Amino acid sequence: MTLADTKAAVAAAADTTGTASANGTVTAAASAVLKESEVRGGGIQMRNVDKIYPGSSKKALNDFNLDVKPGEMVVLLGGSGCGKSTALRSLAGLEDIQSGRILVGGQDVTGVPVNKRNMAMVFQAYSLFPHMTALQNVEFGLEVHGVGKEERRRVAMGKLELVGLADQAGKYTQQMSGGQQQRVALARALAVDPRVLLLDEPLSALDAKVRVQLRDEIRRIQLDTGTTTIFVTHDQEEALAVADRIGVMNGGRIEQIDAPQTLYQRPATEYVATFIGLTNRLPGSSDGREGVVFGRRLPVLPNSAKGSDVTVLVRPENLTLAAAGDAADGSAVGEHARVEVIHFLGALVRVDTVISSGKWQRWNNGEQLKVTVQLPANELPAGLAVGSDVIIAPRPVAALAV
Amino acid sequence: MAVNIDEQGLTNEQGEQLTPLQAGLDRPPQLRAARVRQQSIIKTVVLVATLLFLFIPLASMLLFTVRHPLSGRWSLAAWQAIFTGNGESLGADLTVLWQGLGTSLALCVVTVVIMLLLMVPTMVIVHIRSKRLERAIEWVATLPLTIPAIVLVVGLGPIYRWLSADVLSTNPIWLCFAYVILVMPFSFRALAVGLNSIDVKTLCEASRSLGASWPRVFFRVIIPNLWQAILSASFISIAVVLGEYTVASLLGRMNLQVALFQLGQSNSQISTAMSLLALLFGVILLVALDLISDRIRNRKDK
Repeated sequence: MTLADTKAAVAAAADTTGTASANGTVTAAASAVLKESEVRGGGIQMRNVDKIYPGSSKKALNDFNLDVKPGEMVVLLGGSGCGKSTALRSLAGLEDIQSGRILVGGQDVTGVPVNKRNMAMVFQAYSLFPHMTALQNVEFGLEVHGVGKEERRRVAMGKLELVGLADQAGKYTQQMSGGQQQRVALARALAVDPRVLLLDEPLSALDAKVRVQLRDEIRRIQLDTGTTTIFVTHDQEEALAVADRIGVMNGGRIEQIDAPQTLYQRPATEYVATFIGLTNRLPGSSDGREGVVFGRRLPVLPNSAKGSDVTVLVRPENLTLAAAGDAADGSAVGEHARVEVIHFLGALVRVDTVISSGKWQRWNNGEQLKVTVQLPANELPAGLAVGSDVIIAPRPVAALAV
Repeated sequence: MAVNIDEQGLTNEQGEQLTPLQAGLDRPPQLRAARVRQQSIIKTVVLVATLLFLFIPLASMLLFTVRHPLSGRWSLAAWQAIFTGNGESLGADLTVLWQGLGTSLALCVVTVVIMLLLMVPTMVIVHIRSKRLERAIEWVATLPLTIPAIVLVVGLGPIYRWLSADVLSTNPIWLCFAYVILVMPFSFRALAVGLNSIDVKTLCEASRSLGASWPRVFFRVIIPNLWQAILSASFISIAVVLGEYTVASLLGRMNLQVALFQLGQSNSQISTAMSLLALLFGVILLVALDLISDRIRNRKDK
């Protein structure tokens, strides 16, 4: 399976509407060929960073560690309050940290004030200066750095062209749409040629269509300029679409940081497995290398739990579904289930079922065990309907036992 | 709107259900027209009454300045005296008036400068750093409104005695300190409105991250976005200072209002004419403020 295929599969499997896949394919492939010479900006190391907000007893960042290679685009992904924005703001110097070190391009910037760090940030809230035109906004950073007027104008116009807004140079903030404003903010950040570009949920305030458009554009521009970029978001579709690597954050630290497909296929923790994409929690056993679910053997991921009574996290597409009648000869191993809902997603079909017989009919607190299966539409057993009796079994694909 | 009545009751062209009120059918048309007429009459009466309440005293003042109350003689002498600066024909010495006017204008300038130097940086810093402190400052800034001027003077008296005897002088310009406190509730409001209308924190962070030092953030980003608020805080302060009488009078300093009062003892016509002029000046300031803010808004929206 090629990188692009995997990425497309991840995007589709992650219950996206299919918008991510096309562009994700292009960008993932393009990033692989990004040459060393095209890389701009420095790498980032954040070491054992702790941050506690005044008046709070909880650590917003708890022994936070992050390594970013020069020219890389890393997305910090997590629910609200997981510390992702705090991590970004600490890196920018907008928040003081209690302990730990931050290095950019090998230099220790831990105590350096914001304006000396040579980073630029795009915010969630519209942050353009309302008293300046788009062009003046983009020129601002250059003016601060003492660039002459002619040069300033030339660079600023270049950046506005890069974001496709050269014709809006003379407009004020109030005359522009939200998407245009964030484009100008991006141009303004890029104009100072930052060592690191920081994007703090830059798309959250925009409507869905513009969000997808601008997200792809941000990735294109990032690859174009080769700027080291940290992108913070709570939207996994967004993360999967733009990232070289995604760091999934929980409780003030990164639980796992990996390429999108690795993250999806080989989650390190239960949190990561359930946060990204859909997953089934199935009862089974595991010896740390191999597990058994519904009487079938399957490999388990390295840091899986061991025991005769564990939960195995199996993706919907890693389950097979066969009509019960076909398996009458007894060759098929698995559990009987009843079809509850069938979702047609175009090329894919998602089938929600409940286990209808055997010892898993009642699970945990006597609840029904619900299992979601996803399979290509052409593999759907003929005559499958709501109420059909089916047999469900896992494919031999590595899963995490917890 | 076309209203259809069918088996579903009242509907509009799109077939949506309407309540009788939406359809305007809650009462017969004649009654509705009568009601509308009645309402517009009430509106007009209220408006006229308010305008009369506002303008009768002003008109009376104007009348008083051109018609001598005892002899009933019409003359523009009072106005002439003000504009020629010579009140001898009316037996009034205008020196005290010019002195008071000069002092009040100087006080306006100094008060506004101190107020801005004190309030703008404080409010910006507090706005960014601490919401709790901002509320505390709001409370403190509103205090002068709730404390009667006479009580304020009782407290200010000893301070000014010490200030004029030991530190500065008896020059009325030093009233500026008291006046900064007096204008605080008004200027605070005006500036707070300005600060709340922009996202100061994000603007600061954006400019800081682009490499700007704090002074640059302040002068290049914050102040330009607060122009309107600063103007309105200044104009309101000027209006308050021009109209201030109690503190100056009780502390024995001469300003415009005290001068007007003194002049009123010898020639009330000139004093009244001058009051009208001061009022007119205040109105012009407020209109100018309105025009300027309109222009700023238009420039950005065109």
